[in-house]
Amino acid sequence: MCSMISIKTLTKTYAGGFEALKDVSLEIDQGEIFALLGPNGAGKTTLINVVCGIVNASSGEVLVDGSDIVSDYRLTRSKIGLVPQELPSESFETVWNTCCFSRGLFGRPADSKHLERVLKSLSLWDKKDTVSMQLSGGMKRRVLIAKALAHEPEILFLDEPTAGVDVELRQDMWNVVTSLRDQGVTVILTTHYIEEAEQLADRVGVINHGEIILVEEKAKLMRDMGKKQLVLHLQKPLVDIPSQLSSYDLGLSKDQRDLTYTYDTKRQSTGITALLSDLRTVGIYFNDLQTSQSSLEDIFVDLVNEGR
Amino acid sequence: MNYYAIKAIYRYEMARMFRTAVQSIIAPVLSTSLYFVIFGSAIGSRITEIDGISYGAFIAPGLVMLSIMTESISNSSFAIYFPKFTGTIFEVLSAPVSYGEVLLGYVGAAATKSVIIGSIILATASLFVDIEIAHPLFMIAFLLLICVSFCLFGFILGLWATGWEKLTIVPTLIIMPLTFLGGTFYSISMLPPVWQTISLFNPVVYLISGFRWTFYDNADVGIGLSLGVTVGFLIVCLLTVRWIFKTGYRLRS
Repeated sequence: MCSMISIKTLTKTYAGGFEALKDVSLEIDQGEIFALLGPNGAGKTTLINVVCGIVNASSGEVLVDGSDIVSDYRLTRSKIGLVPQELPSESFETVWNTCCFSRGLFGRPADSKHLERVLKSLSLWDKKDTVSMQLSGGMKRRVLIAKALAHEPEILFLDEPTAGVDVELRQDMWNVVTSLRDQGVTVILTTHYIEEAEQLADRVGVINHGEIILVEEKAKLMRDMGKKQLVLHLQKPLVDIPSQLSSYDLGLSKDQRDLTYTYDTKRQSTGITALLSDLRTVGIYFNDLQTSQSSLEDIFVDLVNEGR
Repeated sequence: MNYYAIKAIYRYEMARMFRTAVQSIIAPVLSTSLYFVIFGSAIGSRITEIDGISYGAFIAPGLVMLSIMTESISNSSFAIYFPKFTGTIFEVLSAPVSYGEVLLGYVGAAATKSVIIGSIILATASLFVDIEIAHPLFMIAFLLLICVSFCLFGFILGLWATGWEKLTIVPTLIIMPLTFLGGTFYSISMLPPVWQTISLFNPVVYLISGFRWTFYDNADVGIGLSLGVTVGFLIVCLLTVRWIFKTGYRLRS
């Protein structure tokens, strides 16, 4: 797959001396949903703002569809739509007018059919004549998405698009994002809801302290870095884990009723059969068992904590 | 050239003007009418002619200038400061537009408003006093030049301002006094010699004098000098805006 965004050794140091991006290199493929994860202040928004032209890079190179964002800014910016993290709105403008403004600003002739489709897809059509200041926070978020899509971008940056929105909008948003990907739009998503990245992303990047610490396909990441757990609900409470079981990675719940075994799925043997046999030997019996896999959130927390 | 962007910004700004017509148009027209009533009629009737022109007619060009200067600064500074304040400026910064196109959109719209206001005030003035325009083409050129120059100045002010107070401090503490002391209500020749010399350091004197010349073929300073100062001011503003966009001063981090 060809690269839609190519970032090479990008750095950004703000006037106050804060180093927001340190030698960041990243390739984002055409038509993928890329989730950029990181704690607050990690550099996610700075990275997006550099690519969109809002922040000047200190050094490095960014290519959008093969064109440089500085020398070919007209071409690159016309391909990008941005939904910012905050909720800036033109308070006194109607939804329709503000979307028309966005389309024109990005060099596209008026196209009421396209805008109608966008507004309908975001359940905004009945609000098209409402001024922004009369809209709820969730609706304003939808308007920002509509504005970003008004000029039919090939790349869409969503900077925490579902922060503070209700479940319904989040689901709508996810549908819109998936549908855009199906149309070939490259979507770069930053989010604090790891569940969102887990649901939508093809690939995941983790940024911390201005450095990209990992870029991986989501499925591979979860397979490689994820852990599986077997939880056994014991017939009788267990005070201590017997020494005969010390070779297993076992944990006991506070109520002494659940015994948790963490294992690696990539190993040739999970050790489950041997554990069950050894449990019987030491006289530990259980009523029920269940397995679970660590979520992307667990992996993310582990990665970020490792960097601290 | 991104014509669609220029059109979008221009239309957006013009729509804002018509949405706030009372503040944008009626307020300056009303305040200028009051100047005519007070200075032109009430006080003016007690003042003799200046250079053969009735006092009411004499102050008309100065009052038009006063209005278009303050309105130009106010319109364009607000136009760019408000998106900065609300955060919607991100859209302009991330759009495929050059600084020249941004200027054409914002300053073009602000200058159009100023020309409309100037024309309405002139029409209003003609209801109170007899106005002659000796050099109509020069009058239009001067009007356009001053509207564009002060809109550019206001644009710089809007880019520079980091708060509402800064936005109003320059028009209130600098422009307004310079305009009042720049010959709006009197001829510089009426001042004592020392104040005449001091007045020549006030750039607004040249603008008002030049504009008045286009009406009555009579000026405090030479028309060439007035034109030179006005064009010089325009060039300084253009260069400053160019520098701001090149460096991203107070726009891009």
